[in-house]
Amino acid sequence: MESIFAYGLAITFLIASYLKDRTKTRQALQKAYSSLEGILPDFLAVLGLVGLALTLLPPQTITALIGRSSGWAGMILASIVGSVTLIPGFVAFPLAKSLRDGGAGIPQIAVFVTTLMAVGFVTAPLESKYLGRKETLLRNGLSFVWAFVVALVLGMVVR
Amino acid sequence: MRTLRRYRLAIAVFVLDLIILAVRPETGRAVIRATFRNLLQMAQFLPAIFLLLGLLDVWVSRQAVIAALGKRSGPFGVFLSIVLGAAAAGPLYAAFPVASTMLVKGASVFNVFVFLGAWANLKIPMSLFELSSMGPRFALTRWALNAIGIVAIATIMRRLFSDEEVAEMYSSQRNKEAPQTEVKPPEG
Repeated sequence: MESIFAYGLAITFLIASYLKDRTKTRQALQKAYSSLEGILPDFLAVLGLVGLALTLLPPQTITALIGRSSGWAGMILASIVGSVTLIPGFVAFPLAKSLRDGGAGIPQIAVFVTTLMAVGFVTAPLESKYLGRKETLLRNGLSFVWAFVVALVLGMVVR
Repeated sequence: MRTLRRYRLAIAVFVLDLIILAVRPETGRAVIRATFRNLLQMAQFLPAIFLLLGLLDVWVSRQAVIAALGKRSGPFGVFLSIVLGAAAAGPLYAAFPVASTMLVKGASVFNVFVFLGAWANLKIPMSLFELSSMGPRFALTRWALNAIGIVAIATIMRRLFSDEEVAEMYSSQRNKEAPQTEVKPPEG
């Protein structure tokens, strides 16, 4: 669904660009290709790592790990699992729901979901390549801390 | 040889996969299946994103980006960065090349930090998913909190970067994009 939209948008603009200026369009395509090709090795490595992480920490294991634990220990565990795994949203939220149905606490689920989205351990090399080491450390570190703030507030707001 | 060296990490992971496959065939197959699924997922949007970035690079002028997202873009620039990130599709790692292009075009570092935060936390398609599976109270509270959080995080990050480090961040973007024009940090 999202990808149809992304490609639709890209192709529409590409056609418009081609109709307006062929030379510029060729330049754009060259740029698109060279920057994709330039970063492809890192993307492939990251995807491989994600594949490994997903297999070693499948949703069932995550449920078992987070579902049972509570309190601060549970939140810390959930934050670590959320940081090292990279799960697409359509898997993550059903998983979060099953965690709640299974009796996991709201703060633990919130910290898991928030770190899952904002903290990327396996994607850090890629982020660092684009934006530098300092940005990567700060953004991930602060997002990690922030996830606990979100968890504490959600724990109070959501019953 | 150069190509081989560039792909060394990818190759190392692949070799590791093969070793797992040899030692624990069951696990190995699962790893390869998961990796393949990731590849498919990446193929679903990454070429489109790079195509859009290529077009943007050619058609959108530096001045336009600086006006909309640069140092002096003010609250509108922050708002636009949030909208851009929230409207995005795809996992966070797809945001990094976009952020890089924004810097090349002269967006402010602060706005790029806000954009990354919005992409990670405020994506609308993702939030709709969250709404339906976790309920409005959970999803909306988390969304609203994150909207505040990403601006707070961007503010802290910007403060922790010295002017030299910001300049360095702009100039280091050249390697990935190889733009014809030299990358200069926006003044001010």
